[in-house]
Amino acid sequence: MHSTRLQKKIVIAAAFVSGFCIMAIEMLGARIMSPYFGGSLSVWGSVLTIFMLALSCGYLIGGRLSEGQPKPKTYSLFFIAAAVASLPIVFFADGIMQPIFMAIEDPRYGSLIASVFLFFIPTTILGMISPYSIRLLVEHEDHSGKMAGQLFFVSTFGSALGTLGTAFYFVLWFNVNEILFGTILALLFVGVAIFTFDLAARRSQ
Amino acid sequence: MKQILILLFGLALLRPLCAQTIHEERSVYRDITVTERFGRRCLLFNVHRGDRNQTCIFTDGSRRLVFDYTKMSFAGLLLKPDPKRVLIAGLGGGTIPLVLSELFPDASIDVIEIDESVARVAKDFFFFKQTDLMRVHINDARVFIKRAALKEEKYDYIVLDAFSGDYIPEHMLTQEFLEEVKQVLAPDGVVVANTFSTSRFYDHESVTYQRVFGEFYNFKLPTSGNRIILTQLKSLPSPGVMAERAAQLTPQLREYGIPFLSYPEKLSAEVDWDMSRRVLTDQYSPSNLLRDN
Repeated sequence: MHSTRLQKKIVIAAAFVSGFCIMAIEMLGARIMSPYFGGSLSVWGSVLTIFMLALSCGYLIGGRLSEGQPKPKTYSLFFIAAAVASLPIVFFADGIMQPIFMAIEDPRYGSLIASVFLFFIPTTILGMISPYSIRLLVEHEDHSGKMAGQLFFVSTFGSALGTLGTAFYFVLWFNVNEILFGTILALLFVGVAIFTFDLAARRSQ
Repeated sequence: MKQILILLFGLALLRPLCAQTIHEERSVYRDITVTERFGRRCLLFNVHRGDRNQTCIFTDGSRRLVFDYTKMSFAGLLLKPDPKRVLIAGLGGGTIPLVLSELFPDASIDVIEIDESVARVAKDFFFFKQTDLMRVHINDARVFIKRAALKEEKYDYIVLDAFSGDYIPEHMLTQEFLEEVKQVLAPDGVVVANTFSTSRFYDHESVTYQRVFGEFYNFKLPTSGNRIILTQLKSLPSPGVMAERAAQLTPQLREYGIPFLSYPEKLSAEVDWDMSRRVLTDQYSPSNLLRDN
């Protein structure tokens, strides 16, 4: 994919959505676990730890995958995979947390383990998006820093809005699962959009 | 202008005479302050944000309780006059468990407090003592109760008092949580919940309690911003039965300054909330946002 102006806009928008979704899910993490592990500070600690750990792994993997010729199709699959990997948070949260609650008495480790099972995989995949986006945006060395800066700006700005929106408004308007479904649909939409756009672009060539 | 300055200066001089801070600490969850003034020692959370007193005791050795809401919580005895296994979520200064242990020396009392510092302050400044029968568990009340339910434990007197005025632990005001409380409630036991009486939130909370427990007694006093919810699994006792129990217990409670005889007539099972409000659940519990709106 040659980075025409339109394609660049798509990558920027996609990075914004992924940043938004990461924090929307993270904000709900402690809420999802509180029925089993309580509302103590350690539950927040577990959620943040696992998210940071997953993102760091995602950055590494995404960067590796972007080597050589990056493919928009691969990029679109990140979004679709993240959406699919987030589905268990909606459908199996209780099934995952119940046995952990039974097996581990200490809510600190209980919530840590539960965070791994609930959030690690989708967050890792979401973390892969940032370095891959940069690779798609960068055409030559000179502007690579500028592109990285722009990308960090939109995705982190998206994260800020995702946090604010979820903490201030979404929880007031929707169920937790409805908000999760919203993020899953958003990711799915972005993934499918990039996939079809790439297909169309290739056909026209 | 000059007069105002003199006035301010005068007030600044007087201040230490009125209130003396005898202990201050910042715990993981809140700022804890213990003050002494006008013959009262008080426990305050997050003073800087203007929180109310959590617990106050008289320093002259009197057993009288200071706050109406603390006294009101003993209305639970109208529904269960002889508790044997007590569960209290939220220690504060430890007044409620202390009085219950004095009234019922054979009862076993489990107190759940999330904040270790609060437990220490209750011991050091508010004469709270753990015994073989009265134990404090440092834990989240929801987690403790869920485990108790798994072990099929039953309590016949459950006090929910974990709301510190400023912030509501949202996972302890949901339908699912109350279902878990119900599981550890003995067939003839009572649930006493110290809750809020602010407008919109009052409706949500009432609807949620109604969904889980059906009928409940509301206990409000014009002098207190709190509302106490009293409920049990079997049908609520009639005013006559409660008046009888009040008469029996009044002599014991007089020492604590609890006007127990006047309580039964102030309990109401009438629906005075907006029934169309949404039930609070684990999926939907923006309690802190709802309360501010």
